[in-house]
Amino acid sequence: MEYHRWLPVCETFSAQLKELDAAPPDQQLAGLKRLAQQRLDFIKTNALAAKLASIMPALPPDCVAQLGPRLNVALLSSHTVSHLTSGIVVGSIRRGFNANLFVGQYGLYRNELLGADPSLKLFDPNVIVIAVDDHEAILDLPLDSSREDVVSAIAEQISQMVELWRRARQNFNATIVQQTLLNTKNPLFGSYEGLVPATPYYAVEMFNARLREAAAQERVLILDIDLHAALKGRENVVDPVRWHQAKQLVSPALSPWYGDLLARVLAAACGLAKKAVVLDLDNTLWGGVVGDDGIEGIVLGQGSAAGESYTAFQKFLLLLSQRGIILAVCSKNDSAVAENVFINHPDMVLRRQHIASFVANWKDKATNIRQIASELNIGLDSLVFVDDNPAERDIVRRELPMVSVPELPKDIAHYATYLSEAGYFEAANFSREDMERTGLYTANVSRERELSQATDLEGFLESLQMQLDVGPVSKMNIGRVTQLTNKTNQFNLRALKYTESEIQHLMQDDGTLALQLRLKDKFGDNGIIAVIIARPDQRWPSDTLFIETWLMSCRVLGRGVESASLEALSKRATRMGIKRLIGEYRATSKNKMVSNHYEKLGFVPIANVANADTSTVWTIDLPQPEVHRHHIEVNIADEPGPSLRRTHEDIS
Amino acid sequence: MNQDQVYAELTKIFRDVFQDDSIFVIASTTAEDVTGWDSSAHVNLILAIEMQLGVVFNTSEIDEMQSVGDLAEAIERKLK
Repeated sequence: MEYHRWLPVCETFSAQLKELDAAPPDQQLAGLKRLAQQRLDFIKTNALAAKLASIMPALPPDCVAQLGPRLNVALLSSHTVSHLTSGIVVGSIRRGFNANLFVGQYGLYRNELLGADPSLKLFDPNVIVIAVDDHEAILDLPLDSSREDVVSAIAEQISQMVELWRRARQNFNATIVQQTLLNTKNPLFGSYEGLVPATPYYAVEMFNARLREAAAQERVLILDIDLHAALKGRENVVDPVRWHQAKQLVSPALSPWYGDLLARVLAAACGLAKKAVVLDLDNTLWGGVVGDDGIEGIVLGQGSAAGESYTAFQKFLLLLSQRGIILAVCSKNDSAVAENVFINHPDMVLRRQHIASFVANWKDKATNIRQIASELNIGLDSLVFVDDNPAERDIVRRELPMVSVPELPKDIAHYATYLSEAGYFEAANFSREDMERTGLYTANVSRERELSQATDLEGFLESLQMQLDVGPVSKMNIGRVTQLTNKTNQFNLRALKYTESEIQHLMQDDGTLALQLRLKDKFGDNGIIAVIIARPDQRWPSDTLFIETWLMSCRVLGRGVESASLEALSKRATRMGIKRLIGEYRATSKNKMVSNHYEKLGFVPIANVANADTSTVWTIDLPQPEVHRHHIEVNIADEPGPSLRRTHEDIS
Repeated sequence: MNQDQVYAELTKIFRDVFQDDSIFVIASTTAEDVTGWDSSAHVNLILAIEMQLGVVFNTSEIDEMQSVGDLAEAIERKLK
């Protein structure tokens, strides 16, 4: 089976791997990271993982850090998975994190989870992957059973699964990833299969459908192996010989495929999914060169197969944008000529307002991509660059190795498939805010335009009619809050990342203030833009709260939200009888912009002997002597009553 | 592909799978002669041969293989 078509083929893998032996450790790691971005079969994948394992023990920690955050991942399964670890490790390096794996005993996943297995406990997993298969008789009903009987038998199975998840969370405080059943059943009736509810094939289908629903309710992540097998054709994935030979559900030959599927789910859970697509124009969004052929001469829209292909690709990109993926343009073109196509070509699906950053000039693309990243205020490692020209792709890969650059086929008709297959935009949740993101960025552009026109900043801020709604973190918004703690790197005072279950604990703790802040203005609702978590800390008296987390989305910078946030925090804390706040700035490679945050807000420094080189500690007395000037109306909602009902802000 | 070529190919595949350039396989080579040739490596080996040489082994053949000679024979049979 062909997989990883979006990764470039590497002809000299073995030689490159050998060359690394002579290099110093940090270059070895960088080299392995680079090789992980190539298309590797399972033997090469095994070799890469073995090399990594052999050099890892001797590496200093700061060197290992270049692999990204370390994640303890426990694989618990009803079948053999030990042969898949190389694929997962290489997938994790490719996706920007460092997976440390624990492989459970084959078939013992229930015991390990329910009995709080000591070796698993010792491993202290951040993530538990539960991989079950459809050989465990999921149903044993006569073929003539009614639909109701089948449905209730499946519901029973699912509720056992849910119980397992809850116990696993309780016992290990880890994020749970549940694998769907890879449907290995052969249909008994063919096309009539789905009309007979009790057939094994159809029962597995129904089981998976219910499993996904239960996962959404329980906020468990899904590794949908059955979906991906369907995309590849199940006969290419299901290998009965391997099953009978070694109880391998996934063939060792497919370990790179499986490993990447899992890695992208975990990457999304860590906030490492890509956020934006940077698009070339000529021969990528339309056929031909607009500068040469003119707006009438380019190939796009009905009338030719090629024209329709470009339209179809644009439609796919539009859907991505509606999903919350930001679109940007990077093209060697005259800017006015290029923009004119978006404004005046009747067959363009993508319009100017869909493009958050539009860069068309004659500079090299690496420079322009850097500019796009800084305009959008996101990291280069959040970008995917799509260009039909192999030379441009190569240059960008070399100049900006952190940017993802998919290989693309000659025929534009396959572009959407390749881009989808590459799994850049996996999600760990999906909320209304994601859907509104393009609108937010467009509105941001309007705001900035107004700002650049306004000579009087105060007057401008006043005219925005901003309103900050501050409320407790609750079930309604926990998904977005968790996402923010994982995705916010720049305006994040201590850069703590939380799992959803950790946030849940904080929500339930009476002494803790967990606040989410939502900003509205005359251009629209910005959604939840900031999170503040303040808790009692044993280092200070009980009338003091330590600000464990203060983060804010960079798209609302420069609008006085920090002052308004402090006002809200102070009021809420004062109401609890708190007399003093302590804040800490802990330096990371990305949060320099907030190094003076507390000073600007009127906090005073206090001695910090422990980590003086990487952290500063600040304090302020409550109630605040003076209210800082800002132009935001602050509304503080009370704690949720006992009757808190779950509303469906999240679409998932 | 003649017998010598089959053994040459097999040697190459063994080196890839076991990451050891000192390996030379002959008909009498068995799992005991190659470090790391356990049941899971055996599956990898079978798959690597299938991939490189474009042959497919069936379940019973895999069960019967005791040595590289058995492997080579099965391959020659299939490539005929």
